[in-house]
Amino acid sequence: MAQTKEPVARTLPGSLETNRRLERWLCINNDGTVTVTPGKVEIGQGILTALVQMVAEELDIDVMRIRLAPATTAFSPDEGITSGSRSIQESGLALRHVAAEVRSLLLEQAAQKLGVTLENLSVSDGVVSARSGGSVTYWELATADLLAREATLDAVAKLPAEHVVVGTSLRRVDILGKITGKAAYVQDMALPGMLHGRISRPPGPRARLKSIDLKEVEQMPGVVAVVRNGSFLGVVAQREEQAIRAERRLARIAQWDAGEPLPDNDPRRLLTLPAESEVISEKGDAATTGEQQFSAEYTKPYIAHASLAPSCAIAQQDGGKLHIWTHSQGIYPLRGDMAQALGIAETDIIITHAEGAGCYGHNAADDVTLDAALLACAVPGKPVRVQWMREDEFAWEPFGSAMVMRLNAALDDNGNIVNWGHELWSHAHSTRPGGRGGVNLTAAWHLEKPLPAAKPGNPPLPGGGSHRNAIPLYEFPNQKVTNHLIRESPIRASALRSLGGHANAFAIESFIDELAEAAAADPVEFRLRHLQDARAKAVIEKVAQMAKWQSGEKGDGERGRGIGFARYKNLAAYMAIIAEVKVEETVRVERIWCAVDVGQAINPDGVINQIEGGIIQSVSWTLKERVDFDRQGVTTRTWEDYPILTFVEAPEVEVALINRPQAPPVGAGEGTQGPVSAAIANAIYNALNVRLRDMPFTRERIVAALSA
Amino acid sequence: MALTLQVNGRARTVEADAETPLLYALRNDLGLVGTRYGCGLGMCGTCTVIIDGKPVQSCDVPVSAAVGKNITTVEALAAGDDLHPLQRAFIAEQAAQCGYCASGILMAAKALLDVNRNPTDTDIRKALERNLCRCGTHGRILRAIKRAAEEMRKA
Repeated sequence: MAQTKEPVARTLPGSLETNRRLERWLCINNDGTVTVTPGKVEIGQGILTALVQMVAEELDIDVMRIRLAPATTAFSPDEGITSGSRSIQESGLALRHVAAEVRSLLLEQAAQKLGVTLENLSVSDGVVSARSGGSVTYWELATADLLAREATLDAVAKLPAEHVVVGTSLRRVDILGKITGKAAYVQDMALPGMLHGRISRPPGPRARLKSIDLKEVEQMPGVVAVVRNGSFLGVVAQREEQAIRAERRLARIAQWDAGEPLPDNDPRRLLTLPAESEVISEKGDAATTGEQQFSAEYTKPYIAHASLAPSCAIAQQDGGKLHIWTHSQGIYPLRGDMAQALGIAETDIIITHAEGAGCYGHNAADDVTLDAALLACAVPGKPVRVQWMREDEFAWEPFGSAMVMRLNAALDDNGNIVNWGHELWSHAHSTRPGGRGGVNLTAAWHLEKPLPAAKPGNPPLPGGGSHRNAIPLYEFPNQKVTNHLIRESPIRASALRSLGGHANAFAIESFIDELAEAAAADPVEFRLRHLQDARAKAVIEKVAQMAKWQSGEKGDGERGRGIGFARYKNLAAYMAIIAEVKVEETVRVERIWCAVDVGQAINPDGVINQIEGGIIQSVSWTLKERVDFDRQGVTTRTWEDYPILTFVEAPEVEVALINRPQAPPVGAGEGTQGPVSAAIANAIYNALNVRLRDMPFTRERIVAALSA
Repeated sequence: MALTLQVNGRARTVEADAETPLLYALRNDLGLVGTRYGCGLGMCGTCTVIIDGKPVQSCDVPVSAAVGKNITTVEALAAGDDLHPLQRAFIAEQAAQCGYCASGILMAAKALLDVNRNPTDTDIRKALERNLCRCGTHGRILRAIKRAAEEMRKA
């Protein structure tokens, strides 16, 4: 390998560094359109709209000219996984550079054709005009080989001050189809001759199939094939309801060996398990004492993605190739795991993305893809659509891990924090496909020759996994942060919106309020005095102003308000939240104010939409959500067992953007999760003088806290 | 068996068992995929259609029970390219993220506005009691329905 001593600044932006061919990102069509082929995918977050804006901006074309091709392993750039609020940084900055470079290539062609120098050219909606007269369009200039080259470092994107499309709230490119009932999701795809499949899952993660007589199911109406491979059990039928009926029969007649019983469902059980412990931040002397010492313990339970649509995929074995349509967040890593599970070459699997319902992390999209492939292999040539049943989605999707956070601090006699300690216990937050040394797909573990799962892990710091946002952004002279990682989880855990950032920010921001009270300080002022970062201070000041926060304000025994803050991953969006609650029988979050700084906002309304969504989802997590399981398996299997926030309960939300066009754009989707939970806990304390440290804040927890 | 349904003002015949949920007949036999499957248990509202003026979760209705009734699905909300005020309002408010809940919510809202052109905020929230949204688009959806009601009152 050639030695490189180039500084970091000389690399290409975002995912372009590892996908340098221009033609993999973009195609200028002769019909006056531009096809964009990002490797990142739409998961409900509106990313495609923002990417369209970034490309239109650099190419100087109308946004209506842009066509988006679905990501496919057949030709899209490999951008890994659409996760971590990184799509603007990775895909957006790559496409911005590609578009800038393509524009300059086209201008060179135009200059030649028109016989003028580059300085004499201007572009308007793809028409290149020479000052001296004469013009030519991109659509005339584009040739098949023009973009058949690698990106260079030469292209220069526009300055923020020159932006006319970026920074505006372009309407979402996908909304029309979704509100007019068009086929918008993989669930809606109908291929000629398509059959329907269903999977009959074990009663729990440790159960194994002892015996089953498949004959009676094979003879049911419409049944085309029944597939058993070890403990993997599925059925293919002509009609969807026939597949469901056959699956129910399979579930009734299958004899399962329950396996080892599951342990108690208590986050504090984490404290008793062997852990890999690592000090991830240490400053000064962690033994420093002040005038007063404090400690507190916080927990969160397992929570579910609970996407509205159960996962779905279509697979078709055709000749030697396997064609797949899936709402996976990472088609390339999935392809690798699929190849291992099926024992075929990666190049024989063509995976194309098709949107699913809202995706908030590693849900069952990848798992259902292998299910569909296994059934499709039983009926060669036929496309097989497999959709999970709602109950299976709830039982078998990977969950956000339960966590425990123990915080301690010392205050000096001025009421300043002089020492800070944070220990956290959690399972790993990433068990996605693409892990090393195993296959992370449910069906693969159930096969007669089961494939082991890859070792569960965490994304590394600074972003982190369970330790995401565990290192405070506040400036303390002495601090120690320790991550206790318990890799294996009794029920499957993986990436859910903000990973450990939710629980860590909840704990930090709750504890800061507890310390502010001990220091007889206002929570807003107390935060500001421990922060150096001007952008952090700005969002806190802004949200206080929006909510007309009164220094030292106190609730009235029923109503109260509280604040929460975090910078997502300590390196991305700044979010400050104030929540107003009303506590009667249950906690009702009535209003939320939010100030946010995502750097340059590519699409301000899109950012606000994401923030509002994150806020409401976190209100739901905080007040209502907890996955439960018994000795055998998950018991929260319907919307009645696992209620989420309803339209009757939804708070009013007001979001203000502090737009910083000069600062790099960062993602908006996840940063509110922790601050919202803390703001609610702090508001409840403000209202009732009771501190809730265990989520969710259900009626039972409130009653218990009040009577304690 | 052959069953004849009145869907969006047209008689449509499907070949299905009597107990087949209406949802599958709409989606898989009639190609009306705008009505989405969410839970199959009548708990999430993504499959809401209007039957004889009432919002109904179509996963929970046997196709045979829908015979002889007027079924309206989201596909009939717009008249060709002429969007329904609710759809225009959803665009104006950008009331979608993943959008998977939108069809059912639009139909629940239509059933409300068809009988109440001046709903209060509480009326609207109550009308959506059986519809879930997981992306947290609640505020925009509530505003959009209010906006549509205003437009319909003016019309």
